[in-house]
Amino acid sequence: MRIRRGFVLAAAVLTSALVVVGCARDTGNTQPSAGGGTNAGACAKNAAPQVPAGGAANSAAPLPNADASGLKVGLAFDIGGRGDASFNDAAGAGLDRAISQLGLMKQNTKELTAAPNESEDAAATRLRQLVSEGYSPIITVGFKYATALKTVAAESPNTKFAIVDDNSVELPNVTPLVFAEEQGSFLVGAAAALKTQTCKIGFVGGVEQPLIQKFQAGYVQGAKAVAPDIQVDVDYLTPAGDFTGFSDPAKGQVVATGQLDGGADVIYHAAGASGQGVFQAVKAAGKSAIGVDSDQYNIPGLADVKDVIITSMLKRVDVAVFDYINASAAGNLTTLPKVFDLKVDGVGYATSGGKVDDIAAQLDAYKAAIISGAITVNSTPSSS
Amino acid sequence: MRRIRTVLLPPALAIVFAALLCAVALLISGDSPLTALRVMITQVGEGTTAVDIVNSGAVYYIAALAVAIGFQMKLFNIGIEGQYRLAACVAAIVGGALVLPPVVHTLVIIVVAAVVGAAWAGIAALLKAYRGVSEVISTIMLNFIATGLIAFLIKPDSFGVLQGNNISTAPIEPSGQFPGISFGSGGTLFGMVGVAALLGLGYWFLLNRTRFGFELKASGESPTAATAGGVDARRMVIIALVLSGAVAGLVGLPELLGRDFAYTLTSPQGYGFTGIAVALLGRNHPLGIALGALLWAFLDKSALALDNVGVPREIVLIMQGSVVLSVVIAYEIVRRYELAAEQRRVAAQLRDTAAAEKAAEKVAS
Repeated sequence: MRIRRGFVLAAAVLTSALVVVGCARDTGNTQPSAGGGTNAGACAKNAAPQVPAGGAANSAAPLPNADASGLKVGLAFDIGGRGDASFNDAAGAGLDRAISQLGLMKQNTKELTAAPNESEDAAATRLRQLVSEGYSPIITVGFKYATALKTVAAESPNTKFAIVDDNSVELPNVTPLVFAEEQGSFLVGAAAALKTQTCKIGFVGGVEQPLIQKFQAGYVQGAKAVAPDIQVDVDYLTPAGDFTGFSDPAKGQVVATGQLDGGADVIYHAAGASGQGVFQAVKAAGKSAIGVDSDQYNIPGLADVKDVIITSMLKRVDVAVFDYINASAAGNLTTLPKVFDLKVDGVGYATSGGKVDDIAAQLDAYKAAIISGAITVNSTPSSS
Repeated sequence: MRRIRTVLLPPALAIVFAALLCAVALLISGDSPLTALRVMITQVGEGTTAVDIVNSGAVYYIAALAVAIGFQMKLFNIGIEGQYRLAACVAAIVGGALVLPPVVHTLVIIVVAAVVGAAWAGIAALLKAYRGVSEVISTIMLNFIATGLIAFLIKPDSFGVLQGNNISTAPIEPSGQFPGISFGSGGTLFGMVGVAALLGLGYWFLLNRTRFGFELKASGESPTAATAGGVDARRMVIIALVLSGAVAGLVGLPELLGRDFAYTLTSPQGYGFTGIAVALLGRNHPLGIALGALLWAFLDKSALALDNVGVPREIVLIMQGSVVLSVVIAYEIVRRYELAAEQRRVAAQLRDTAAAEKAAEKVAS
């Protein structure tokens, strides 16, 4: 009996302790300046790194446009295809630019789209269809094509292939088009840390898989580089293997609302179409959001939430696709960068809307520091 | 003759009806149904499509058998999806980690997959038998848990290996792979297709030639009657679900042991749900399921060929959905028609005997 009373007492003490802690956290978050200190005092921010002379003007000169009128270009999209407002659309934009600027004939291009949850043989059949109709180069969008590409590219050594987001296929006729997502994410992380009033920001990832963890890693590192004490809320919509996380705006909205309720005031999403839900939650709360992949401020489908989008992490799949077609037309693939990173403007941040103009100098300083190698950005989140 | 009609007429009607529906949908969307039909038929001869149809058909067949075992006892195992994915993942991890001589290695992987599938279904079975939890609810929930568990298992810090932006389990060495039959550029037929056929044979034998099969069907038809006849209904629930899970565990293996050799983030999903549709199409009969599985696989591959000529591939989804619906409806219509015909026949017979009796009475008097 006495033991039991002891338990009850302990439970009561623990519960009240939890309640007190919870309250303390709540007040801390909802009233950031309640302690009388200024925001700068609540969230110490480092100065931007010194720009080495001439460091910022490091972008590679664009290649001259080649004549692509003789090419037959096939494009195999990932699930969603054109109209996903994300990386499929970006790849499509690259093709469109090649049509308008390189003389590529529209009738000499073909686009096919993957179905959700399809088996490897479906992907292989899709590529074989393009090969048998004489398309070369064939651009596959998404790492899901890697296995099928390994098979089909080995079968057809005379056809040229490229694959976006994968560098695991090591065949002479396959060109990987991969990006340094972590570098672009570092910059928007820095932007979030410079913009936050609460010293707390959020990250909403679509699916907890290595590719999206690169976005998370860069974002957190960039934020901590600016404000070492900053708190970053990281949430994923679905576990690895469940790709619905990229197409579930309702889930995105709920998770983002949770982060906003917890005090975050800038949220970066890397969640494909689920990002629309994130934007809606942010708009309802009157806070700020950061877009991903394309310049989401300018996407027509997001016009009603664009005023909360302060910037977007640009992953220039369109540039990679365009450059690849251009290099194919010129017959020299060695001009393509190994990784589309900040140096070649393969990733970056968007300035549309003018909401980051006031911190552009600092962001460009970080950009220069990354390009010069003074800052190395991790591509995997630290376990702490 | 009448038996053939009752068995073959409904699915034939259903397919014709579904095709008509699709033709209308195609006309509305501005495409030619004839082009679509031509493309769907000619695709079979192109590339690896014929072999792919049989390979996918085998996968669907195993999934549908797993569903059908539950259906025989009026149990709806929606958890095939989670059971096969978890089983394939664990089997891939075990198969990639072990070094064993050929044949033994393959057998170990197959047994592991069946055991994992059975164990995962076993949770739902125990909940159903001892706590009365509906297997529909518990298996759906277990599907979600399986997704999370797989995500944990193939993390690079657990058993996964990072491959570019994908995560994969360690590849299974050739000793553990199931050899297939190569048709050169026509593709490679999975060796597991034979295993699927054997499973179908075993399913038929179990249900129609063993006491267990009788008891299973009896408990499904009427649990009270079966209990009165000395069948332990609780035991039957557990056995049926565990057996269904063990078969479900094999669903992922044809592709795992015949082509992919590793479980990855992009390993296919949804076979469990396809299995339900195919089992409905095949009316739980091993041959019917085989035809249904091949039809389904044929339609699936048609989507690729249709997409290639610019016909919206969603037409295939319409076709698949309407085939399942119309099969169910067609069987019901034919059943009622047969019932009415039977009634008329019996009535005519009665009339004849009554007339004959009257005539006999007249003669007698």
